[in-house]
Amino acid sequence: MKFFVLLAGYGALTPWDAMSEEEQQQLFAKHADFPGVCAANGVEIVSGEALEGGSSATTMRTSAAGDVTLTDGPFAEAAEQIGGFYVLEAPNLDVVVEVCKALPPYDLELRPVMDVPDEP
Amino acid sequence: MTAETVATVWRDEWGRLLALLVRQFRRLDLAEDSLAEAFVRASGRWPADGVPSNPPAWLLATARRVALDRIKHEGVVARKLPLLAVDIDVPDTDRSVPEAGESTELDDERLRLLFLCCHPALAPASQAALSLRLVLGIETREIARLFLVPDTTMAARITRAKRKIATSAIPFGLPEATQWPARVEGIVRTVYLAFTAAYTPARGEELLRTELAGETIRLGVVLDAVVPRDPAVISLLALMLLQHSRRDARVAEGRLVELAAQDRSAWHHDEITRALGLLADVPESSGYAEELRLQALIASRHAVATTAAATDWPAIADLYARLERITGSPVVRLNRSVAVAEADGPDAGLALLAGLEDALPTGHRLASVRAELQRRTGNLAAAADSYRTAISRCENAVELEHLTRQLAALPLSPGDRSGRSGHPSVGGPPVGPPTLGSG
Repeated sequence: MKFFVLLAGYGALTPWDAMSEEEQQQLFAKHADFPGVCAANGVEIVSGEALEGGSSATTMRTSAAGDVTLTDGPFAEAAEQIGGFYVLEAPNLDVVVEVCKALPPYDLELRPVMDVPDEP
Repeated sequence: MTAETVATVWRDEWGRLLALLVRQFRRLDLAEDSLAEAFVRASGRWPADGVPSNPPAWLLATARRVALDRIKHEGVVARKLPLLAVDIDVPDTDRSVPEAGESTELDDERLRLLFLCCHPALAPASQAALSLRLVLGIETREIARLFLVPDTTMAARITRAKRKIATSAIPFGLPEATQWPARVEGIVRTVYLAFTAAYTPARGEELLRTELAGETIRLGVVLDAVVPRDPAVISLLALMLLQHSRRDARVAEGRLVELAAQDRSAWHHDEITRALGLLADVPESSGYAEELRLQALIASRHAVATTAAATDWPAIADLYARLERITGSPVVRLNRSVAVAEADGPDAGLALLAGLEDALPTGHRLASVRAELQRRTGNLAAAADSYRTAISRCENAVELEHLTRQLAALPLSPGDRSGRSGHPSVGGPPVGPPTLGSG
């Protein structure tokens, strides 16, 4: 089944801007190695993207009356740090946890993708 | 007679049979409903047909038929059958069910269920509730009673946990070998959480839920059966048995009786002996296992004292010191101060309490221990202040009554009794496992 892996926060990791070049290279390297780790564990990367920083985000809200409001910035303070995501196809949660240990030590949210049956 | 047989089989076999069904069908609700239906049919058929020669096998076969019928009914056969067919290690042709204690394969099934219920992706409270429900077959309303929540709250908690297992693909298998120690520790913590809930004082007729505590011990026994010779598991079992052995002495006239005042002839000494035997074989280790072993050793020191006066307080103080070194816990420091006060006098105990307010800013226990020790030094005004602080911090009605009585019993002069304004808040930790004070 599919899992949405959200790179939700820095956790113990130094924020990107405060990293030395060497630390940034290490971070890139972990992401570059990630497909290999997944393959070795029977996990498929369905998709994965890095996101632009939280300051580039726009939040769109719709009121009960149907009025749409746009505001500058991410949905919540905590969402400032969201840096990217993967969608992984994996047999179960434990395997997802295992492969994600190979990523830099972000705070991650692991959420299953809803399995909507194809048949009517 | 047959009704009793069904009840006995339910108690003894529920967990094992459920574990087998969960393994086969990978669906908790389906397994539970099918097994429950099988027991309903047993209640209907066995009085007429006689109890079968192998009741668990009868129940398992019946439950499997019910489950398969339901799957067909749900119309997902076309999708699920390929899964069942390729799962070659599922014993779906196995029609026999070995006797309890015989087959390690069956014990493994309950272990899988325990690992499932205690998966770290579930909240600890949910782990405990789910384990009691699925591994022991305890009714939801009994579990609600254990944790002092309404039935509907507990039902919702269990439903949410099962849904989380279903939707978030928490696996049904045994964890990887490398994960085993951490996962077993998780189960041990969960079982102890459930056990201590039984000794959280409540209001009304049911001050403590001692027979439910016995059920959580049964969970510990199951754990010991499926993960043999594990130091943390054995220490946990010994600790629970020792604390539980005092159950009939804990309450008198609708009130909690402190350890020092308990009628020790009412303690269950056969259970104490059993616990001491278990504890004797546990080697010194480290981490959580060692914490439990030290806690059990402390409990054993109390258990072997024929009277309160005969308690080996220096030994207990030393054990608490070792426990504090491992854990760095302010709660342990608090308990240690009581032991040190008994061994070396109240001033020595009070000295250990200095500076604990920062580490224990909420709860009433720090203030109430301080009050008692101040009372013993004769500093009654300070004791009264500390009791007032404790009372202002206490959230448990039973303990609040106790503290109020303690304050009222202080032999104060009228000036002291009126009191000064309270100290800055000092408090203790939330009510934890029974300790020296509460017994």
